[in-house]
Amino acid sequence: MRNTLATQLIFDLSQPGRRGAVYPSSDVPDRPLDDLIPASRRAASAPALPELTEPEVIRHFVNLSTKNMSVDTHFYPLGSCTMKYNPKRHERLAGLQGIVDLHPYQSVEHSQGMLEILYTMQQMLAEIAGLPAVSLQPAAGAQGEFTALLTASAYFRDLGETRTRVLFPNSAHGTNPASAALAGFECVQLKSTAQGFIDLDELRAALDHRTAVFMVTNPNTLGMFERDIPQVAKMVHDAGGLVYIDGANMNAICGVTRPGDFGGDMMHYNVHKTFTGPHGAGGPGSGPIAVRDFLGDYLPGPIVVRNELPADGAKGAPVKFRYDLMMPSKSIGRVRSFFGNVGILVRGYCYLRTLGAAGVRGMSENAVLNANYLLAKLKDVLPVPQGDRCMHEFVASAKPIKDERGISAMDIAKRLLDYGFHAPTVYFPLVVPEAIMIEPTETESRETLDAFADAIRKILAEDPAYLHEAPHQTPVSRPDEVRAARTPVLKWEKAT
Amino acid sequence: MAYLYNTPQQQREMLQTIGVDSIDELFDQIPAGLRLGRPLDLPPALTEIELESHLRELGAKNGSPLQRVCFLGGGSYDHFIPAAVDAIASRSEFYTAYTPYQAEASQGTLQAFFEYQSLICQLTGMDVSNASLYEGGTAVSEAVFMAMRATDRHGKVVLLGSVHPEYREVCETYLRQINCELVVVPTPEGVADVAAVRKAVDDQTACLVIQQPNFFGCLEQTQELVAAAHAVGALAVVSFDPISLGLLSRPGEYGADIAVAEGQSLGTPMQYGGPYLGILTCRQEFVRKMPGRLIGETVDRAGRRCYVLNLQAREQHIRREKATSNICTNQGLMALRATVYLSLLGPAGLREAAELCTRKAHYAADRLTSVSGIELAFRAPFFKEFTLRCRHGADRVVAQAGAAGFDLGPGLARFRRAGLDAANEYLVVAVTEKRTRAEIDALVAALR
Repeated sequence: MRNTLATQLIFDLSQPGRRGAVYPSSDVPDRPLDDLIPASRRAASAPALPELTEPEVIRHFVNLSTKNMSVDTHFYPLGSCTMKYNPKRHERLAGLQGIVDLHPYQSVEHSQGMLEILYTMQQMLAEIAGLPAVSLQPAAGAQGEFTALLTASAYFRDLGETRTRVLFPNSAHGTNPASAALAGFECVQLKSTAQGFIDLDELRAALDHRTAVFMVTNPNTLGMFERDIPQVAKMVHDAGGLVYIDGANMNAICGVTRPGDFGGDMMHYNVHKTFTGPHGAGGPGSGPIAVRDFLGDYLPGPIVVRNELPADGAKGAPVKFRYDLMMPSKSIGRVRSFFGNVGILVRGYCYLRTLGAAGVRGMSENAVLNANYLLAKLKDVLPVPQGDRCMHEFVASAKPIKDERGISAMDIAKRLLDYGFHAPTVYFPLVVPEAIMIEPTETESRETLDAFADAIRKILAEDPAYLHEAPHQTPVSRPDEVRAARTPVLKWEKAT
Repeated sequence: MAYLYNTPQQQREMLQTIGVDSIDELFDQIPAGLRLGRPLDLPPALTEIELESHLRELGAKNGSPLQRVCFLGGGSYDHFIPAAVDAIASRSEFYTAYTPYQAEASQGTLQAFFEYQSLICQLTGMDVSNASLYEGGTAVSEAVFMAMRATDRHGKVVLLGSVHPEYREVCETYLRQINCELVVVPTPEGVADVAAVRKAVDDQTACLVIQQPNFFGCLEQTQELVAAAHAVGALAVVSFDPISLGLLSRPGEYGADIAVAEGQSLGTPMQYGGPYLGILTCRQEFVRKMPGRLIGETVDRAGRRCYVLNLQAREQHIRREKATSNICTNQGLMALRATVYLSLLGPAGLREAAELCTRKAHYAADRLTSVSGIELAFRAPFFKEFTLRCRHGADRVVAQAGAAGFDLGPGLARFRRAGLDAANEYLVVAVTEKRTRAEIDALVAALR
């Protein structure tokens, strides 16, 4: 039960002299601190952090946690984010000694178990992508995009080609143009067809000797498979460019079709989404990339390689391997320090090892089944411009409802919170007015989907004026974002 | 099949509602020629029992600090993590939530990050902190880009040779595409020569990048270095060690414009290099040039204090190619860990942890340099980490210690960018508050 009194900031709870951590006294010979570090390099006093006991800290943060919706407590159909169940075994296993406490500069000899996990992860991600070379370095999907663009850039430089442009459809995630700009490319945004697909004429007109990469999310951000993708890939390849597949929607197609098989040259995964990282209130992510073999030498490293050890004589003895770290020969270099977001990769490894090949395909099949079922349950009350079929998610438009009754996508989203459902993604993709993007994932039951559809029906029958002021049951309602931006208060300060 | 709810019977009924005969039919949008006509080639599925013994077996092949004693450093450290940190970070409501797009359903996360930003400002003496970046290395690169935007100087960045070589490599990767010159000032004495830095910076320089304590463990003359940057209108970017601020001068005190850090030390386990915590702070005037999420305080419809994602107009989902960064996630769970860690330690705890690191590191340095052939590489003062010069080769020392169950390093030979002659003689050693005199003495005995 929520403790409704708990609204104070941690700083309000501070009392001089309290503490929540005590260290042992020093066991080495005492020397004046001045002899160790000159006073001029030291601060006059310790930082003015709050002073609390452990019980106070625990009660404060546990109470704060109850102000969140989460996958473990609520249906969380946040489109494009794949908010699936996070298996508890992952937390235990990623926390095992020898895994959670392994230092990144631990010797290769004393990291063989970890390197085996990471090597197998590379192999599994290559197989699911249909692209043979994998780097696990990128910290998140957006960094995966950036990394792949740098990889493409190094490849073209090697070919002696100057290609300056990155193309993407206007339904793309904002990270695509942002990553392209960060990688030094000129961004060219293409109009989509009325149905939200890649417009082949637009693409044809934009492609030329300046085209480095065409970035496309497939299934696209409307949750539809780009049928023309082989033709798109051929056009891009004929122009000398590379095709990048944004793997945001991989949950729809694993084991069914592969980016490498439908024309992609490079892609990123979101391990925290597709392979249930988990999401951690905004991160950490993990964004490995997979590329075609001719791009493999340019990948950032280190990557893990496996060598067979010489047989130890006994006939029929199992083959033994040694794992090593290697920097690809023409690597673009590092994109972060250390190996990668290993803690998330270990969880992804556990997930793939639990599911196996049939389970991975079953995951995508059931994600698509759930999304289509919810679409079928909702389409008569909530207009879905893309029609009556989708992949793992669909995008409804509240535009007709807004025009008729003044109820916006935001109103529906906010009111859903009162019904005990996290809101879908709203106002994305930008190509759909009043967009409501719903991704149920495979780990939800039909009962939950039915209850969600019922809630939407009830909401649409409610008084619009009441909806404009929703939510009504949450700890706060409709924060003043304009005020927050106009006079930003970004930290607590002691009252003077 | 794991984690699926719907029974075969339910699946059939759902297909009926949709109006198709089979799940396969739902995939009709995918042209037949593009379908994978075979099962994926993946290792066989494991039950929870099998998976657990598999992972335990793999974990046992690694060297855990429980069996081995960790003197490894170089940006990741074996600091103590109070149990309360794990307890909060394993709350479902935190770790299975996502980005707080719906403020009403995310006040727990938003307030925790607001508290994080406030605590990091208290720790550093800086005006503003964002809600975190990926990790320490990319934080340096993001700070460099931010300095370019703030100064409108895009052609030159100066970085000290004593900055972590991997942070420098990341910076090189990030800058290669945009024709920005990265000038590295060598630090053969272990710390920067202020006169050489003054010569290296000019009125085209966007920023000077300093690490304190630096990669070799040594303390730089931050005040003088910051002044050298400011004298030419460049910004001072400082990468600091959060634990060191229990004792050392704060970046805000010596005039840093942007201060960044690897925040792993604040309650996040080492887990072979990530996920970690990228800390990024700055002076007030640069707040709208910041990358990453920012949480702000405001009031709701009824005038209640609450928290929201703020200044989103800087971010990629609004600004697209004109965004201040492409970053779309923060390191929420690690920022939460740091928030709980700092709340538990408070000023006294942080001070104690920092002082213990200092005392034990100096004791270890004294004892280790009593071994023949081993000496301190540099004369500059240090905090919890120091660099040894091993006349008979660092590898030999590492192997000898390793055989006795002690892990030292990293040896500098592994870094292309360490910038020292005879790099194979140098070795970094880190000593946290967890190490004991008995462990240090046993290490020294093993090296004799």
